[in-house]
Amino acid sequence: MSNTFPLLDIKNLSVEFRTRSGVVKALEDVSLEVFRGEIVGIVGESGSGKSVSALTAMGILDPAGHVTAGSISLGGLDVLGAGEAVLQTMRGQQASMIFQSPRTSLNPIRTVGKQIGDVLHRHNMADRQNLREKVIKSLKTVRIPDPDRRFDAYPFELSGGMCQRIMIAMALACSPELLIADEPTTGLDVTTQAAIMDLIRDLSRERNMATVLITHDLAMAADYCDRIIVMHAGHVVESGSSHDLFTSPRHPYTAKLMKATPHGGGNLDDIASIPGGLPDLRGVLPPCRFSGRCERHEAICDSSAMISKEVSPNHFVNCQRPL
Amino acid sequence: MKRSDKLRIIFGRLIQAIPSIIGIIIVTFILTRALPGDPAVYFAGPAATEKSIQEIRTSLGLDKSMLEQFWIYASNLARGDLGVSVSTGLSVKEELIRRLPASLELTFLALLFSIGVALPLGIAAATRPNSWVDQFCRIVVTAGVSLPVFFTGLFMVYLFYYILGIAPAPLGRLDIIYLSPPSITGFYTIDALLDGDFETFGAALSQMILPAITLGIFTLAPLARMTRGAMLQVLSSDFIRTARASGLKRSTVLYTYAFRNALLPILTTLGMVFSFMLGSNVLVEKVFAWPGIGSFAIEALIVSDYAAVQGFVLAMAILYVLLNLTIDIVYTLVDPRVGLES
Repeated sequence: MSNTFPLLDIKNLSVEFRTRSGVVKALEDVSLEVFRGEIVGIVGESGSGKSVSALTAMGILDPAGHVTAGSISLGGLDVLGAGEAVLQTMRGQQASMIFQSPRTSLNPIRTVGKQIGDVLHRHNMADRQNLREKVIKSLKTVRIPDPDRRFDAYPFELSGGMCQRIMIAMALACSPELLIADEPTTGLDVTTQAAIMDLIRDLSRERNMATVLITHDLAMAADYCDRIIVMHAGHVVESGSSHDLFTSPRHPYTAKLMKATPHGGGNLDDIASIPGGLPDLRGVLPPCRFSGRCERHEAICDSSAMISKEVSPNHFVNCQRPL
Repeated sequence: MKRSDKLRIIFGRLIQAIPSIIGIIIVTFILTRALPGDPAVYFAGPAATEKSIQEIRTSLGLDKSMLEQFWIYASNLARGDLGVSVSTGLSVKEELIRRLPASLELTFLALLFSIGVALPLGIAAATRPNSWVDQFCRIVVTAGVSLPVFFTGLFMVYLFYYILGIAPAPLGRLDIIYLSPPSITGFYTIDALLDGDFETFGAALSQMILPAITLGIFTLAPLARMTRGAMLQVLSSDFIRTARASGLKRSTVLYTYAFRNALLPILTTLGMVFSFMLGSNVLVEKVFAWPGIGSFAIEALIVSDYAAVQGFVLAMAILYVLLNLTIDIVYTLVDPRVGLES
């Protein structure tokens, strides 16, 4: 995989949010790559910068957010330098995103068929005559039963799982090369979660799509992803194949995150919470943002700038004192 | 929902309004009689003797018991007779038929003006928070609520009629050199158009512009503020993010997705503003000598003209019921989640 160039290439990205209570350094020096045909998980606690990275890559960051450094290339397109018109065409056609809470992520007063139709129409994938037919076809790809009847349904008439299928149909309607799924199963019940994740994986494999799965659920990421990127407080702390990360986590945070994840068959007593919380991202921060919560913290962690070490092939750790 | 179902529900809603209208009839009947002042004394004049006052009281039927009076009133009402206004000498029904369209026409135009300004302003302010448009919107909203209607009215007359001379004299619905158009709807502009008389149409419209703007400025404030707030809220919602992530055009996101969702709170405000306008445009009517229903009601109230007051309140009540029903129907057209049953 690494011999071709990546579809999504984020380099040294820093993002700040200028709020009333100060500048929040939401991302600092974040680099990540996603190749065609692979499913990459971005894992971390809430507020670690997973979604901000994705939204920035799509060019739909909140106006309060400002990119202060770095570059993003999506299939050769310079996302940070491109104009809004170019980005609009890119969104939906080259890269799509689905979100958590599917029921509120769909327009409540427009039929789901029309909403998918809007996307198809926007990207000139359908005209008025064959719109309905094309929408129904895309409903079929996400295995929605009775798609002809569902076309005229409103989101409130469908279950959460069904709404997420609609979201996926909408995201994939124009066959994008990249799909970003931001916590796609949050708020769905467990059996639906598995069905949705299986669907995303199958469709990704079928279409040889690059897929980014954003989740806080390490176990789910391990099940579905080829590679995992662990984020903490706006930093990438570790990245590597799912197997490497699981068998030998090298960053103390990854190790703690794994201990905090319930495993099937495991004892509940074995679950350990990670002490402390995310540091306040306003003001001056130490080079390693995990240092305040880390048991292996030493003087060198505060004095030297963070560097990425390749501890084994394609397994990177940003830590002065890796495990 | 099927069309026949909708019609049945709308009919049901109209039936439901009947008890409240009956309630309004009873309450206004009692309230008008609880008002201080004796109409018999008023109409007998300052030089009247005790005997002549008594005669007038008998002729007005005011010597009978309250229950008897109500029975007479109710049975007349059932025949469509609203009684005679003692202050103008005309039947109340005639007065209402003549004056209600005058008020409605003015209110509709004012509402049109207010919507035409407030919605684009609110949308522009919401899409560019803290920009100059947003600041301008804030100023307009503050000015709109803090300037009293009679002040803006007098100021407009002073500026556009007295100083600039571009507006006609504020003397009612039509300059005396024109004949009022044949009464079809009672709306002078529409009647003139139906008659094909464009000159009268222009004259009627130009009479209306100043009072309509005066009234509109006042109602613009709540509408613009609600539009801005509702749009801001909708624009930050999840489905707008989805729409943007799908690459939909800015105009599609703004109008098809955001505005249609923001329409619901705007509609509610519109309904409130409209009913508020109808009842309270008496000040505008006074300033512009507009022969509307508001000034009629105030004059009737001052002299305890029972039949006129009752007629006015009844007409308003029916209008409110129809207004609320209309808003409910529009609601269901906009939002599929709203059933008419609730």
